[in-house]
Amino acid sequence: MKRMGIVCCSVLTLVLLALPLGAQQPPAATSRATPSASASSPEVPRAVTEKLNELDQKVTAAQSSADNAWMLVSAALVLMMTGPGLTLFYGGLVRQKNVLAIMMQSFALMALITVLWALVGYSLCFGGDGHFIGNFQMALLRGVGVNPNPDYAATIPQLTFMVYQLMFAIITPALITGATAERMKFSGTVLFMTLWFLLVYAPMAHMVWGKGGFLNASLGGRFPTLDFAGGTVVHVTSGVSALVCALYLGKRTGYPKQPMPPHSLVLSFTGACLLWVGWFGFNAGSALASNGLASSAFVATHFGAAAAAIGWCVAEWFKNGRASALGAISGAVAGLVAITPAAGFVGPRSALAIGFIAGMFCYWMVTKFKSMFGYDDALDAFGVHGAGGTIGALLTGVCARVVINPIFGDGKAVGGLDGHWSQVGNQLVGVLIAWGLAAAGTTIILKVVDLTTGLRVTEEQEVQGLDITLHGEEGYNLES
Amino acid sequence: MMKIEAIIQPSRFESVKDALLEIGIEGMTVTEVRGHGRQKGHTEVYRGREYTVDLLPKVKLELVLPDQLVNRAVDAILKSAKTGKIGDGKIFLSRVEEAIRIRNEERGESAL
Repeated sequence: MKRMGIVCCSVLTLVLLALPLGAQQPPAATSRATPSASASSPEVPRAVTEKLNELDQKVTAAQSSADNAWMLVSAALVLMMTGPGLTLFYGGLVRQKNVLAIMMQSFALMALITVLWALVGYSLCFGGDGHFIGNFQMALLRGVGVNPNPDYAATIPQLTFMVYQLMFAIITPALITGATAERMKFSGTVLFMTLWFLLVYAPMAHMVWGKGGFLNASLGGRFPTLDFAGGTVVHVTSGVSALVCALYLGKRTGYPKQPMPPHSLVLSFTGACLLWVGWFGFNAGSALASNGLASSAFVATHFGAAAAAIGWCVAEWFKNGRASALGAISGAVAGLVAITPAAGFVGPRSALAIGFIAGMFCYWMVTKFKSMFGYDDALDAFGVHGAGGTIGALLTGVCARVVINPIFGDGKAVGGLDGHWSQVGNQLVGVLIAWGLAAAGTTIILKVVDLTTGLRVTEEQEVQGLDITLHGEEGYNLES
Repeated sequence: MMKIEAIIQPSRFESVKDALLEIGIEGMTVTEVRGHGRQKGHTEVYRGREYTVDLLPKVKLELVLPDQLVNRAVDAILKSAKTGKIGDGKIFLSRVEEAIRIRNEERGESAL
């Protein structure tokens, strides 16, 4: 009698468990509602099938409009990172006589890269399925319309994906201007950036993010490198190229004897805060949908920035006995750089650790390392982006978790903390390729530009300031 | 007639001006200047690069006064500009030969 009771209870429990399970399987319900299935089971009335199809379309449309709304906002946020974010950040760090010149370089890229992107850029980054670079299939944006491109983002119009990726292509070369600041010709900058975008950015973006790319983690790459939002594509390539530019161009006249303090940390401060906000579009937007992964990346981004600001300030406090405003904002930017490749793979605690390490490491890079070697990376594009991007990409291999993003398939270990330590090796391959491509590409491009438009302004122009000599304007006419 | 040139801390300027107005002094010329005496400068650090800033901002007041007002004016400046710390500035006195009001060509003390 007692055993009978247990059996009855078990059966009841099983039934109760099975009921909600069955209810939670809409795919089965949907497949029954497909026309082919309804043909084989005529008992489902036609009207019901039509209604279900209609519902299906409505659900897809609702998801698409939610995702599209977030992605359009994200695209705008990423553009805001270049102008006004980066322009103010860099603008404040140069001397007063060069403020317009550095701002104009970033702004010119907003226009120049956009045109190049429409002509061939988007296609070179995302067309075809080559290992190293895209093709010309989508040149002049052929076939890029409101229909999604299922290879990359199945729920948003390809136009949205295209314009979102464009904003990354704008900010990446703009970061390099930090190293060449206060001494590079405007004509030389325009030519350099055009070539750099085509020969360094496009192949790197395709290798990491493009279908079939050599380093692509989700679409069949040889060395799957985890790079959620551009640690290697954006920050390592631009940072390493910045270092090569600084070495090739040589020091600014008077460096390091003559004082060259930032002319307005207020501008830099405002710019850094705009960068921080814009970075939510950069990292959380890289989920390419308005979903849980976007929230995870959003949180990781914020935590990384905060911990890095603290890391830099702590290092500075120990060294100089005080924390500076420039240190705090530089630290935050370093943390944002380092969390970029990791944002969609790591949890909040790992984000705090990555940020803190990056803050301290980049402080060491821009203070000690730079003075050890004596190169003039004027605004520390290498010290922050090259160094922060590299350490972030490597730490991504350590901290990536399958619970955050099962990129290699359900339950398959992703990073070192999951037990998949060889991922750190894959990250290293990705980083080395980015370093190599950036260094070699930039050296060749610099030679070409040097022989055509020339790279450096004359010493006289440099002393007088680039605003007057290159653009015929001054940033501040306070007495007029 | 005497000319008073007082170089003071910018932060004390408002109270110096008020103290002078209180004793009936109506005109003065004020310039923002940079300089240092024994105070020397300070260091600023930007991303690990140290800069010594040795010229510090100061305010220079110039007043030309009839002789009987000079001592009271100097006292007023001394009282209101003093913080007791190094860098408070200096007062220089010199004799003035002539003063001419441009509007009506008045001369001497009545031009002040």
